[in-house]
Amino acid sequence: MAKLVSLAEGVADLVRDGDVVALEGFTHLIPFAAGHEIIRQGRQDLTLVRMTPDVIYDQLIGAGCARRLVFSWGGNPGVGSLHRFRDAVQHAWPRPLELEEHSHAGMANRYVAGASGLPFAVLRGYTGTDLPGHTTNIRPITCPFTGETLTAVPALRPDVTVVHAQRADRNGNVQMWGITGVQKEAVLAADRSLVTVEEIVDEWEPVPGQVVLPGWAVTAVAEVPGGAHPSYAHGYSVRDNDFYRRWDAVSRHRDTFRAWLDEHVHRAGATT
Amino acid sequence: MTGWTADEMMTVAAARQLRDGTACFVGIGLPSTAANLARATHAPNLVLIYESGCLGAKPDRLPLSIGDGVLADTADAVVSVPEVFNYWLQPGRIDVGFLGAAQIDRYGNINTTVVGGDYDAPKVRLPGAGGAPEIAASCREVVVIVRQDLRTFTERVDFVTSVGYGTGPGDRERLGLRGGGPRVVITDLGVLEPDPVSCELTLTRLHPGVTREQARAATGWDLAVAEGLSTGEPPTARELAVLRTLEATKSDGRRR
Repeated sequence: MAKLVSLAEGVADLVRDGDVVALEGFTHLIPFAAGHEIIRQGRQDLTLVRMTPDVIYDQLIGAGCARRLVFSWGGNPGVGSLHRFRDAVQHAWPRPLELEEHSHAGMANRYVAGASGLPFAVLRGYTGTDLPGHTTNIRPITCPFTGETLTAVPALRPDVTVVHAQRADRNGNVQMWGITGVQKEAVLAADRSLVTVEEIVDEWEPVPGQVVLPGWAVTAVAEVPGGAHPSYAHGYSVRDNDFYRRWDAVSRHRDTFRAWLDEHVHRAGATT
Repeated sequence: MTGWTADEMMTVAAARQLRDGTACFVGIGLPSTAANLARATHAPNLVLIYESGCLGAKPDRLPLSIGDGVLADTADAVVSVPEVFNYWLQPGRIDVGFLGAAQIDRYGNINTTVVGGDYDAPKVRLPGAGGAPEIAASCREVVVIVRQDLRTFTERVDFVTSVGYGTGPGDRERLGLRGGGPRVVITDLGVLEPDPVSCELTLTRLHPGVTREQARAATGWDLAVAEGLSTGEPPTARELAVLRTLEATKSDGRRR
């Protein structure tokens, strides 16, 4: 049964220096508040994993939490590039960032293999691209039945996965709906998981098409209303598109980024 | 040449490439704008598929990102990301892949990864592959929309993120790619199509007011020009009106 915790407790207990950490969310339900708590608690040497590292990963990278990034598309969705990510890759600031780069199909299948308890996944992908030349985690494999050459990618098994969802009940059962991306696979692939939710309720009405993560499959749940901002939680909030547009200017320079980080993360409380 | 911009002409020309009743895997930005223009004009039954898991999205405004809530609200189905790629894209269920590019070469290979320098120390780090490699490999055909200039239309892409015709004829087959590859490239200057024999992108149509010299000067290789080079139709009043209404919804989006 998932433990109900505060955000600060959840991060302190579950996210450790040097961990492989996945904070998933496909534009929707991105666990921004948890990412900020990781920055506040000063985690170091993390391998950050995410299909679409966007603004929260730009912040974690710029804050110096990351040593390595495993990803398939790193940008500010609908706006442009991530400047802290670029600065780390192009100028090693604030520290060098190692990259392991995939396609979305490859990353999704790596999580599926992790969630399935298999060592690798098979897909028809990457062929002819320059991606296999830059990671040993993309390899050809021969189908034992047809002889066709396909691509294998190893299972992704984060030490800890953090996601945001709409609701949980007091037993830590988690409900999420709308665009649910790869969150379920990322939670099931991980050793430990922390789910932040908009609200914890005594009982809920089932929602058609919802995804439920049973409390016994989740390590801890923290109630963090608005914890996805500036991303959104379908049914609770809308995406703060202005924030994403403003981030382009804030993140472009190291000094404006640091000032933003001081004001909005370090000096902000753990519950904001 | 008045009354519309080169970007509007490009978007309209790209929208015209999408046929009613087909399924189209849409990237964000220009492809999404053109696909929604097509759906609002000549292709009301165009099925829009976004990699966030939205199948058959029917947004009444332009989505600001691939995971915009309006896509989920209006979709026939919202599925997981592994499902989009494994069940829908990989088996070849999608007719058209609609992609943008940071660099493109004469064989329609696309780079959205790094520009200049080497991979580990690039001059410019771009967002990366996303869904594009498998879209380019698996859709029955690919439509590319990209502005034409010397930085973008380059002799060789610095990194092959998504394969077009590889190094030339027969390469897609040798690589085992099941989709047909780039059928057409739409730019702000005109339309390029692969030569049926050499697979090389060939200028087949100019937008009104553009010369072949302009197109050749904006291309980083010796651009082939089709014998029957023609000039395309300018945007109709309706196409322009619908496109401008759609563009105006971008600023409304933030309030929803």
